[in-house]
Amino acid sequence: MKILVCISHVPDTTSKIVFKNDNTEFDASGVTFVINPYDEFGLTKAMHIKESMGGTITVVNVGLAATESTLRKALAIGADEAVRINTEPTDAAFVAGLLAEYAGEENFDLIITGRESIDYNGGAVPGILSAHLNIPFVNACIGLDINADQATLIREIDGGKETLQGKLPLLIAGQKGLVEEKDLRIPAMRGIMMARKKPLRVVEASEIHKQTTVLNYQLPDEKGACTLIDPDNVDQLVELLHSEAKVI
Amino acid sequence: MTVLVYAENWNGNFKKSTFEAVHYAAELANLMDAETVALTISAKDDPSQLGKYGAHKVKTIENPSLETFNNQAYADAIIAVAEESNADTIVISNTSNGKAIAPLVAAKRKAAFITNVIELPESLSPFTIKRKTFSSKAIARYQTESDKKVITITANAFEYSERGQSATAEAFDFQTTAPNQELTSVSIDRATGKIGLTEADLVVSAGRGMKGPENWGMIEDLAEALGAATACSKPVSDIGWRPHSEHVGQTGIAINPQLYIAVGISGAIQHLAGVNASKNIVVINTDPDAPFFKAADYGIVGDAFEVLPKLISAIKTYKAAI
Ligand SMILES: Cc1cc2nc3c(=O)[nH]c(=O)nc-3n(C[C@H](O)[C@H](O)[C@H](O)COP(=O)(O)OP(=O)(O)OC[C@H]3O[C@@H](n4cnc5c(N)ncnc54)[C@H](O)[C@@H]3O)c2cc1C
Ligand SMILES: Nc1ncnc2c1ncn2[C@@H]1O[C@H](COP(=O)(O)O)[C@@H](O)[C@H]1O
Repeated sequence: MKILVCISHVPDTTSKIVFKNDNTEFDASGVTFVINPYDEFGLTKAMHIKESMGGTITVVNVGLAATESTLRKALAIGADEAVRINTEPTDAAFVAGLLAEYAGEENFDLIITGRESIDYNGGAVPGILSAHLNIPFVNACIGLDINADQATLIREIDGGKETLQGKLPLLIAGQKGLVEEKDLRIPAMRGIMMARKKPLRVVEASEIHKQTTVLNYQLPDEKGACTLIDPDNVDQLVELLHSEAKVI
Repeated sequence: MTVLVYAENWNGNFKKSTFEAVHYAAELANLMDAETVALTISAKDDPSQLGKYGAHKVKTIENPSLETFNNQAYADAIIAVAEESNADTIVISNTSNGKAIAPLVAAKRKAAFITNVIELPESLSPFTIKRKTFSSKAIARYQTESDKKVITITANAFEYSERGQSATAEAFDFQTTAPNQELTSVSIDRATGKIGLTEADLVVSAGRGMKGPENWGMIEDLAEALGAATACSKPVSDIGWRPHSEHVGQTGIAINPQLYIAVGISGAIQHLAGVNASKNIVVINTDPDAPFFKAADYGIVGDAFEVLPKLISAIKTYKAAI
């Protein structure tokens, strides 16, 4: 089983989001970067598959040199090799195009991505990548069972779930449920030592047309002051929800 | 010029997000001086009603092979209609099925793909539009030069109105090409009778302050009295007090209802990321220093076990009086 896990390098969930250069760029100073949480579930799932069926796990990231710490962490968790496609990941079509060029030559049986990256939140790269590779795409995947080349998949749908059956190769965009939180692996000393010797290959990015550019960012409007209501006077809340907020 | 909108249905019925998408597409078409064409696939509801939300024409596809959802086949169907009606701009709801189709449509059409859109474009040329980013902690202004676009819109971001016209519906003959990919739906498991969280106008949510799953009756009673959906914080679903599908926040579902009532939730940054787009936030918490109060419009510093019964009865009294 040849597995590719696409890893996005994102600000830790506790990060305060601040912009610089006239709000045109994310200010990464003082921010800790991590493996995108959804991708971490995917990586652990890949480990489970490898442990039960054998195979290799490659992790790939489209990013500049700063993302190598994140790829090393994935190697320390248990991936066998890492590939970094050297460019700034500024547009989903561009990132997916680069990933497709790379993956198109490698014949992976299974490609695992996250449901979305917690910075861009595009939910875009996985689907576009699957279309380029012409393999099925299962979004919001919360269950995967592989038997030879047959896969049973569960995906989250609005207010429920759907079970699907498919044939490898395929691409899933995963999230919690693929494995549970308690299954997530923290790199151990031995893993970290071994990761140093594992290959991390840097590939130059080819010219792919970008579809979008970000002009600038803004923060959501600040909330005004909170109106405090006496716990013994909940009628006042009901009245305000009716007359002021107009929601009931 | 045409704006094509995929008018999604659930078991044949249109939902609020469908009307929002049609309405959005119609407003966009209006700006562009274009026509709005809606596409339905295996819908049971009367397609001509989409005219009320601004569609000029509705194309309907009835094809036995499309009776169950399949993202690949549905994407191909949307592309076929887009080609026939010369639609460069395609609007799709940001629902679970929408998210499974939209990137495929964008990739095959070589279109610019802009998701999580929250407003109409501020300019058409160059095309500039706002979308949510950084897990709702920020908004980004995107620009594209591409003539072809696929836009997915956030639920609850647009209010729709009825304009009272009826659209002409006509069947579109879609021939599925031989499937080169195989993904078959085996079964669908839907929580019935519950209000869908992403589309709900009102949401009642609770956290670890509720102490245990046995105390959720109060939360459900409040939700029922209001006609609200229920949600929870992440640790609550992690320990299994509530199903994972109710978990809202940065790593759960992002919502933006008219009203979000948070009971016994501290308001951690990851929780706020998924709910701070709510138009009105009510926080009930014993701790006056709970960070959630900073994000709240209305707050009650008090014990949920005392406040909730009073609030439920006040809402019931109010509802009975109207
Ligand atoms: C990578 C990562 C991702 C995360 N993603 C999410 C996410 O998507 N969503 C999310 O919710 N969290 C997320 N978290 C967790 C988040 O950091 C908080 O731990 C979590 O939101 C806290 O949940 P809580 O408010 O229910 O519990 P607590 O923080 O324990 O707060 C309980 C609150 O209840 C109040 N309380 C106690 N008793 C009562 C009473 N009788 N009446 C009224 N109030 C009472 C307390 O004052 C307190 O404020 C994430 C964390 C990490 C590390
Ligand atoms: N720069 C990147 N390099 C590698 N994989 C990525 C990159 N950006 C996104 N992905 C993958 O695509 C998923 C969805 O990302 P997005 O489309 O940005 O929401 C992520 O969870 C990753 O698995």
